[in-house]
Formats: sequence, C-alpha cells, structure tokens
Amino acid sequence: MIINIRVSDFNLWYGENHALKDINMEIEKNKVTAIIGPSGCGKSTFIRSLNRMNDLVPSCITKGDIFFDGMNIYEKDLDVYVIRKRVGMVFQKPNPFPMSVYDNISYGPRIHGEKNKKKLDKIVEYTLKSAALWDEVNDRLDDPALGLSGGQQQRLCIARTLTVKPDVILFDEPCSALDPISTSKIEDLIRELKERYTIVIVTHNMQQAARISDYTAFFLLGEIIEFGSTLQIFENPNDKRTEDYITGKFG
Amino acid sequence: MRANFKNIKEKLIEDLLFIAAISSIVVILFIFIFLMKEGAFAFLENGVFNFIFGTKWRMETGTYGMAPLIIGSLLVTIGAVGFAIVLGIPSAIFLSELAPPRIGNILKPTVELLNSIPSIVYGFIGVVLLLTSLRDTFDMIDGHSFLAGSILLGVMALPTIITISDDAITAVPKDLREGSMALGATRWQTIRRVVLPSAISGIMASILLAIGRVLGETMAIMLVVGCVARFPSPFFNFFQSGDTMTARIASEMGEAARGSLQYHSLFGIGVLLLIIVTVLNVIADLIRVRIQKKVGRG
Ligand SMILES: Nc1ncnc2c1ncn2[C@@H]1O[C@H](COP(=O)(O)OP(=O)(O)O)[C@@H](O)[C@H]1O
Ligand SMILES: [Mg+2]
Repeated sequence: MIINIRVSDFNLWYGENHALKDINMEIEKNKVTAIIGPSGCGKSTFIRSLNRMNDLVPSCITKGDIFFDGMNIYEKDLDVYVIRKRVGMVFQKPNPFPMSVYDNISYGPRIHGEKNKKKLDKIVEYTLKSAALWDEVNDRLDDPALGLSGGQQQRLCIARTLTVKPDVILFDEPCSALDPISTSKIEDLIRELKERYTIVIVTHNMQQAARISDYTAFFLLGEIIEFGSTLQIFENPNDKRTEDYITGKFG
Repeated sequence: MRANFKNIKEKLIEDLLFIAAISSIVVILFIFIFLMKEGAFAFLENGVFNFIFGTKWRMETGTYGMAPLIIGSLLVTIGAVGFAIVLGIPSAIFLSELAPPRIGNILKPTVELLNSIPSIVYGFIGVVLLLTSLRDTFDMIDGHSFLAGSILLGVMALPTIITISDDAITAVPKDLREGSMALGATRWQTIRRVVLPSAISGIMASILLAIGRVLGETMAIMLVVGCVARFPSPFFNFFQSGDTMTARIASEMGEAARGSLQYHSLFGIGVLLLIIVTVLNVIADLIRVRIQKKVGRG
C-alpha cells in the first residue's frame, strides 16, 4: 500500500471561522477516496488544501502539514505552481475557458513552455481520448468549447487537467451540475482514471460514493468523523453520526 | 366596472409610453434631416472632392477644405486614445486584479469622479499646466499643438477606459481564474491568457467609447490645440498646432451668417462627423459579433 498524500494535524481558518480542525488522513495511491458530509462542513476547503488553491483566499490561514509524495506542500519556500501541476483539480461547475476546444486542452502545456505544435497535437489527442471525449469532438477542435454540452464540457475539463501530467486529481462535486447520463459517463471515466491517477472526490451523492470509491471520509463541521474503506463506512459505520448521515437522517 | 377602469388605465399608460418613444425618435430624426439638408449644400457648393480633400480652410477667400481638420481630428484621436490605452488598461488590470480592496475602494470612485469634471475645467488645467510644461520641455513657441491636445484628451478619456475595462475584467468569472491557477499557471499568466481574452469585448467597448468621447470633445481641445486650420507637415507632426473638426465648428459658428457658404460648410463637417461615428458603431458591432463567434458566448 503506497500513501500518496498524508495530512497531518491540519487546521484551516477563514478569518475567525475555523473551517478544518485537526485533520489527519492518508490517501492511497491509485485509489478513489470519497469525501462526504453535509454542505458547509469543509469538504471543498479540504480538497482545495491539497493543491493549495486556498492560497487564493486572502483571509485563509493554515496550521499543520500536508505531505505529497514525501514533500511538505505547506513548506515556506515551496513552488506552489509545481504542486498545482502535480495535483490537478476538476471543479463543481464545468469551467472551460472561452476559447476553442484545442486551445483549452493545449493551454496547460503552453503555459509550461511547450511550443512544438506536433507535441501539442499529440497531447490534445491523447488526453481527449483518455477523457473519453475524442470521438465526440475530434472534428470540431477549433469550435468554441462553450458550445459543447455540460457533460462534454466537464470531460473537457478533465482532459485539460490531464495535460500537465498530474499524479493526483481532485474532483469537487464534478457531477452536481450534470444529468444522469453525463454523470454515469464521468463515473466510468473516474473508474478508468484510477488505474493511472490517485483520485479524491467530493460528492453529495451517497450512491455515487458507494459506487466509485475505495475509501470514504465523513466530514462534519470541519472535522473528520470517520474514515475507512467505503464498504465499512456504508455497511458498518462505527460512529452514530456517520450512520445517521448515510441513512439520510440529516444532510 | 372596475375591470373596465383598469383597462382604460393600462391603455393610457401604453399610449403615454408610445408617445414618449415616438417623440424622441422624431426629435432625433428632425436633427438628422436638418443636419443632412444644411450639410448637403456644403458638398454641392464646394464640390465633394474639394470639400473633403482640400487642404485650405479660409473664410477670407471662401475656400473650405476639410483635410486639415480631418487630419487634426485623426492625430488627436490616435494620440489621445493611444495615451489612454497605454495608461488606462494597465490601471484597470491593477484595480481589478491586484489592488488590495482598501486601495481599490478609494481609487475607483476617484476615477469615476474624474469623469464628471466639465471639459472646460480640463481645458483650463491644460492651458495653465500642460502648455507651459510642453513649451519648456520641447522648446516650443507656446505649447499649442496636437501633442497637447492628445495628452489632455487622453487624460479625459482615461476614466472611460479604466472604469469600463475594470468592470469587464472584474466580471470574468472566478471559475475561469481558478481553472487556470489549478493547472499551475501564475497569476500573470492567468491574467494575460484567460482573464484579458475573456474581457476583450468589454475592453474593446471601452476603447470605442473613448474614441467617441475624444472625437466629440470640443471645449478643451479649442484651448490647447491652437485653432489654426493648417495641414501639418509632415502629416504626423504632433508638435505643430492645428485644429480639429469639432473645434472648428465651435469657433466659427457664432460668426457664420445663416445660409452662407461658411455656414453650410460647418454643417458639412457635422455630417462627416456623423458618418464617422456611425461607421465606428458598425465596426464595434462587427467586432462584437466576431468575438462572440470565437468564444461562443456573449
Ligand atoms: N472563500 C471563503 N471565504 C470565507 N469562508 C469560506 C470560504 N469558502 C468556504 N468558507 C466557509 O468555510 C466553511 C466550509 O465551506 P466549504 O469547504 O465550502 O464546505 P462544503 O464544500 O463542505 O460545502 C463554511 O463555513 C464556509 O462558509
Ligand atoms: Mg463544496
């Protein structure tokens, strides 16, 4: 068992609001770890801590460490851009850039210095195939990405994330804006992607967590209440609150 | 009975709105026809070619050629809008992306306030500060020049460019910035490659509005450009004094006898201004349509 990310006594505040409290967690390589919990409990805040996206919030303060691949990503003089490259992120609402499909996908490599058109072409084809989108868009690479359907846009965003060769992909409720068919396509895709990537997914949807994840963490009011194999959490939760949440007593 | 009264009230409101709409259209139409009618004489009496391309505008000899005024307006517009773009767009980027909220909250209203200063006040400041410093710096006779006009009108156009570009940049959704940052892009890469392209139609709009404002400006430019209808040589000589289309209308309108050739020629300038502004608006629309096609949204 290889641990890809280790979270150690991690705390986060937005100003006075203590949003994450003493989080300890180990995220296994090439597995899907699901984060569940009622809204406002800190799920997004937690996964945004894993690639330091919370740096963009001015009032945000952290304490504690998160180790990725052995290095402490909260080290003072660490290159945060390298971390964000290696820990990619897919957002709740599909957010393609207002440019062509091709330019969206080649954006990542281009900002990291790739200029060779042939190489870019290859990356575009490879990542679109990996995101199960190539067959649908290969004849409209120059069309605006915003013309795609919501589900296609979200797969485009997944492909875009793959272009900078991440080890980990964070998903923050990636299906909450999508219809059931698009949702099941993304779920299939996540199952495929875990062969090559470590995946952390926040989801509101209990069945989704049960279907696609290997591990599940239950968050409540900024704390981890329970963390274990998905099977154990759903079949045999240790904590009364976990059980209540899973059985829909609150949420 | 009640329902009937309600119906009559509805009908009355509708009619009033209709009358208001029609009367504003009628007023605009009237101005348009009047301008066209009076201006048409200028093209007929001077000859279309001579009136547009003639390089002399002299009421003493009765020669009216707009070329010096057209080139004057062109120079001042290019200079002023260039100045406003070079200073204004970076300011807008600073205000929307980099300025701490505390500074932004002071700067934004200040910039908006600049917009409401009457242009004659800008003119005064231009005469007192700008002309003297240009005279001393470039060793000019008195500082009256296209350069002075460009700088002054550039300053006046700054608030337009800054506030509208700032709004356009601020309106770019947070999702897009986060999408870029999450790929490991720096703040600056994100601004340059995602935020600015997404805001481009708003930025273009600010530039076109600025062009309109500069082209139409009269009082301030009259005070600093020199008011001599002379064709600059070489034609891009910003250090010479000259005149613009609007300034010429304002300075001669008072003395032009109604119905005279001079009077008609001034209206002719007005017609040309109207045509230019219309063409600019059409271009603005074309640009907007093209951008929408490219990015796939409005
Ligand atoms: N950018 C932010 N600035 C200030 N407070 C925030 C910000 N984002 C989230 N919070 C607060 O942090 C807490 C956790 O929010 P979040 O992580 O978004 O929860 P979840 O994703 O589980 O719904 C909430 O109390 C929320 O109000
Ligand atoms: Mg959330």
